[in-house]
Amino acid sequence: MATYSNTFEQSAGNKKWGTILTGIGILTLLAGIGLLGFSGDEHSKTRFWAGLLQNSVYFLLVVNAAMFFLCATTLGFAGFTISFRRVAEAISTLVPVFGVLALVVLLAIVFTDQTHIYHWMDTVTRENDKIILGKSGFLSKPFFVIWTIVAVGGWTIFGAKMRKISREADDTAMDTETAKKWLFKNSVHASLFIVCFGLTVASTIPWFWLMSIDAHWYSTMYSWYVFASTFVAGMALIALYIIYLKNQGHLPFTTKEHLHDIGKFMFAFSIFWTYLWFSQFMLIWYANIPEETEYFRIRMHGEYRGLFWLNLILNFVTPFLLLMKANAKRNYTIVTFAAVVIIFGHWLDFYLMVAPSTMKAHGSIGWFEIGVAIGYVGLIILLVGRGLSKSPLVPMHHPLLKESIIHHT
Amino acid sequence: MSIKKFVVGLYDDEAPLFDAVKQIRKEGFKIHDVYTPYPVHGMDKALGLRETSLHTAGFIYGMTGTTIALSFMSWVFTTNWPLNIGGKPHFPLPSLIPITFEFTVMCAAVGMVLTFCYLCKFAPFVRKHHFHERATDDKFVVVIECTSDSTEADATATLAKLGAAEINTQIAESEWWFGTYDKEEKKYTEQDLVKAAH
Repeated sequence: MATYSNTFEQSAGNKKWGTILTGIGILTLLAGIGLLGFSGDEHSKTRFWAGLLQNSVYFLLVVNAAMFFLCATTLGFAGFTISFRRVAEAISTLVPVFGVLALVVLLAIVFTDQTHIYHWMDTVTRENDKIILGKSGFLSKPFFVIWTIVAVGGWTIFGAKMRKISREADDTAMDTETAKKWLFKNSVHASLFIVCFGLTVASTIPWFWLMSIDAHWYSTMYSWYVFASTFVAGMALIALYIIYLKNQGHLPFTTKEHLHDIGKFMFAFSIFWTYLWFSQFMLIWYANIPEETEYFRIRMHGEYRGLFWLNLILNFVTPFLLLMKANAKRNYTIVTFAAVVIIFGHWLDFYLMVAPSTMKAHGSIGWFEIGVAIGYVGLIILLVGRGLSKSPLVPMHHPLLKESIIHHT
Repeated sequence: MSIKKFVVGLYDDEAPLFDAVKQIRKEGFKIHDVYTPYPVHGMDKALGLRETSLHTAGFIYGMTGTTIALSFMSWVFTTNWPLNIGGKPHFPLPSLIPITFEFTVMCAAVGMVLTFCYLCKFAPFVRKHHFHERATDDKFVVVIECTSDSTEADATATLAKLGAAEINTQIAESEWWFGTYDKEEKKYTEQDLVKAAH
């Protein structure tokens, strides 16, 4: 019989690859600062900030989705997550790091290079533009900055609290009364995070960070669309790490039943994402009002045409067909492949949210965008590995652990 | 369906039922079916039933729905009765998607329900034999079919050994339906009945 270790030690290969990929990211960033950020060319400057914005926001929201998944399942008293919840917790330890990186990028955009990304920040534009003037109550620099800091701080603080409570299930067994109280404490803090999440990721934050790039345009689906995009990528990341740890001989209680459920999340939320994508698209297409269709005109007709349809193929058709069968969701190879496609596909989705509006016809996915993304992947490898090694992989005294062990679908 | 001979065992709980079912199968008896008051998780695996193909049927019904909806609407709007609706193209694909989606869901859902009813022989005029009335209430019933290899005495002894609370033998026609339920061609014959009695 195989013996399982409840502690994860970051292997040399894991560290090596994490460091190499992070190094590539840092080199790309330095080259980007030199070649794009400080170049005289306006397009290059825009590309620099757009690439950073896309990557920092995307990866921050993806790792944040792991904590949302934990809190939502905690509130629903879902027992099946317990055997692998430390994986999601380890992923969520990246929120402070990626949060600071995103803050740096966003604040740099606000305070140094306002007009390349957010044209509503330009004082002259604001005073002469009736539409932006009408939105100035919301689209104001102080509000943007304060709310961004509050959001990142909120995710960090409430997430850290959830992880801290989770650690209490490691060493000492709980009797029934203590377990009830402890689960209630979990629920209270999970709901605090959910409220914070609802007021930020599910509403205001995508409006500020992404939708306000096209300050004239708006869509009521947008925040949910962004949420669905990052949530499905977050689930894909959790699936990847579960498979990685299983292959390393960890997580004895996490079986194909659990992977099946994660696969269902990936499958269902890919469809949910498509549903939102289509709802946003069809209403605008049907109403055919010029200020609304502008958003899709630039994406559907022109340089982004191929990526626009590739986005749908990667994020809808591929997971839909790949993960449809029950056995596919239990197959390590298929789930790994689907997860990689989903994570890349939604990165592309974020590219399509940022690049066409900022760079117009001059956008392209090149060394800078990909290099920064590789850096982020390296950081994920390094920091999730570190997060996993910080605590036991299974909370052995969690009151719902048995439910997770006997779980089957 | 032909008349067969069954040995019926009654259990009070699902835990001993699992062990009993596994042991009965191991000893080579043919389990006709297990009747429980509620769906018992994992019983299909314990019984060795194959995975249902209902979802494959659902996929085919869904694809049929998609095809019918899309081809019908495109025929109407392009060939049969082209209308100018708000200056939209004659083949306005995005606006056809919601209806296609709904029709796909409807075909898949209705088709799967009907297929399910067919597979379970769930329809008017279907006669079903109740092996034990309390299987619909709070008892768990295992029904062993007597074949030429397994006699009533053997089955009874095995059930007694496996702690069945109540055991009896019934000669019955389990159900009647248009289609074939049992794939097994070998029926319980009169000769077997005579043989089993001795």
